[in-house]
Amino acid sequence: MKHILAAVAVVITGLANQAMAVTALNGSGATFPAPLYLRWASDFGKTNSSIAVNYQGVGSGAGVKQFGDGITDFGASDVAMTDAEIAKVGGNVLMLPATAGTIVLAYNIKGVEGGLKLSRAAYTGILLGTLKKWNDPLIVKDNPGIALPSLPVTVVTRSDGSGTTAVFTAHLDAVSPEFASKVGSGKSVTWPVGLAGKGNDGVTALIKQTPGAIGYVEFGYADNNKLTMASLQNKAGNFIVPTIESGAATLASVVLPENLRAFITDPEGANDYPIATFTWLLVKKSYSDQRKASAVKEFVNYGLTIGQQAAPGLGYITLPATVVAKVQAALETVK
Amino acid sequence: MAGPVTCEYRRRPDLFRATCFLASVLTILLLVFIFGEILTKAWPAIHRFGFGFITGVQWSPNREVFGVLPVLIGTAASSLLALLIALPLGMAIALFLSEDFLPESVRQIIRFVVELLAAIPSVVYGLWGIFVVIPIVQQFGTVLSEHFGFLPIFAGPAYGNSLLTASLVLALMVLPTITAISRSSLVAVPYSLREGSYALGATRWETILGVILPTASPGIVASAILAFGRAMGETMAVAMLIGNSQRLSWSLLSPSNTLSALLANQFAEADGIQVSALMYAAVILVLMTLVVNLAGEMVLRQTQRATAGLR
Repeated sequence: MKHILAAVAVVITGLANQAMAVTALNGSGATFPAPLYLRWASDFGKTNSSIAVNYQGVGSGAGVKQFGDGITDFGASDVAMTDAEIAKVGGNVLMLPATAGTIVLAYNIKGVEGGLKLSRAAYTGILLGTLKKWNDPLIVKDNPGIALPSLPVTVVTRSDGSGTTAVFTAHLDAVSPEFASKVGSGKSVTWPVGLAGKGNDGVTALIKQTPGAIGYVEFGYADNNKLTMASLQNKAGNFIVPTIESGAATLASVVLPENLRAFITDPEGANDYPIATFTWLLVKKSYSDQRKASAVKEFVNYGLTIGQQAAPGLGYITLPATVVAKVQAALETVK
Repeated sequence: MAGPVTCEYRRRPDLFRATCFLASVLTILLLVFIFGEILTKAWPAIHRFGFGFITGVQWSPNREVFGVLPVLIGTAASSLLALLIALPLGMAIALFLSEDFLPESVRQIIRFVVELLAAIPSVVYGLWGIFVVIPIVQQFGTVLSEHFGFLPIFAGPAYGNSLLTASLVLALMVLPTITAISRSSLVAVPYSLREGSYALGATRWETILGVILPTASPGIVASAILAFGRAMGETMAVAMLIGNSQRLSWSLLSPSNTLSALLANQFAEADGIQVSALMYAAVILVLMTLVVNLAGEMVLRQTQRATAGLR
């Protein structure tokens, strides 16, 4: 009997030692950067066996909530936390831009396999429901080479609250006073027209199955699903094809403020794609557990350096070196 | 060991009975607890929006404006339309299965297949709707709105994800409920009534329409009410098909929304007063289904008593 007990004790202490050696980092939040964060977690785990990172794409809102409640060690959100949310965690939070992406208008018109250009008036008109047919003069005007059919426009939006919607509506809000007064901006708004699907995947499915559909999704999502994307007119008046490069151009012209919260509602550069956003990792300014603090620093630093190389392959924009330097400086202050 | 066995069980506490009692009380408490929890969470919204929540036509979380009238109408309309389609169909199947048109073994198979419809998961109905019903509705809807667009209920543009699509799939989903309950109430009609009718010279159809259906009608009504309750609470398939739009529209070909689909869609990302507003919507949904199910149950009880008297 004694022997068995001793053996059990040895096994238990052995397991405990093993568990002690690995620091688990739990994070949750935005679904938009989830593929990239998951890649980071898995690549990072290969070289750092002492830290296990677990990320769950539960949505920006839920991510902020769980981080605020202390359920997770880090959070992630497409929209920076509001002052009220920051106050709720006693100011113990740092918002670190970790990657960036663009939002595109993807469409499904038979016979139009790309090259569609939408002016500011055209795409705000479509989303306000004032532009009802694809052969509307306002669309035809900018697309002389394309035979646009007399097909009804079906707008596809998000049915759930979403950071994507927040970024997209913030842009439309900035561009069109009519949109600002009728719809406004936010994670969940009332759209004047169209259908709604849940998540980027729900919207993607609706666009694919509905002739004449147009909807907004993250670039990475549209790219992966081979959706046809429209070129959008930027503030300078140029039509910009959504690509990693045009997104990077947008980011390059953003000056990140001291608190690292920059909202890009209507970029001004001549070659900037008009709808882009940073997405943030939320970490605590000071952790009660020192091992967690250093693990978070190590992981985020990995993401900011080696991790950035994985971004373009998944449809995200590599952060400019100036941004990375600023974020790294902020990360250093984590205790 | 031939002791005084006869009274043994009385002296000990009856464990079986106590366990069963506890289990049933716990179930009731759980229901009370769930409703209480929803009500507490909903209270800020009930307090702030009051009755205007029910009559409001706009749902804009970004502006903290919450009104569920379009969603309430969508819930009622999709369930009613589903019932309108499923009731004649279900009644016909029930009649067919309760009469001896076919040998018993064949009827058993048909019955089994119809009841199997109830076992198909909701999400599978949703997928089937996306791939089969939506293209059909889209195609016919476009033609319909071109020719009958002057009628508000067929006004264009026709969407594939629409009230009509959701109703069609819901109709199929509630069919087993209607068929099963209608059939059992038809079977319960005493044979003497049928014989009496034949003896008076009535044909089979006269007997069915004049005697059997009226006798079984409370059961059929109950089946319809229970099916209505099921249709109102159905979530997944509806969320996939109805288009999730909170706009007021008369057209069957427009996207709409239901309470359950609204909850499923918006809950995860909601915060602050929106959570309360969704809970308020949940309270309304619970009350609606509760009332409908109670009504169905009461009519069903009534039938059983009525037919028991005839026997």
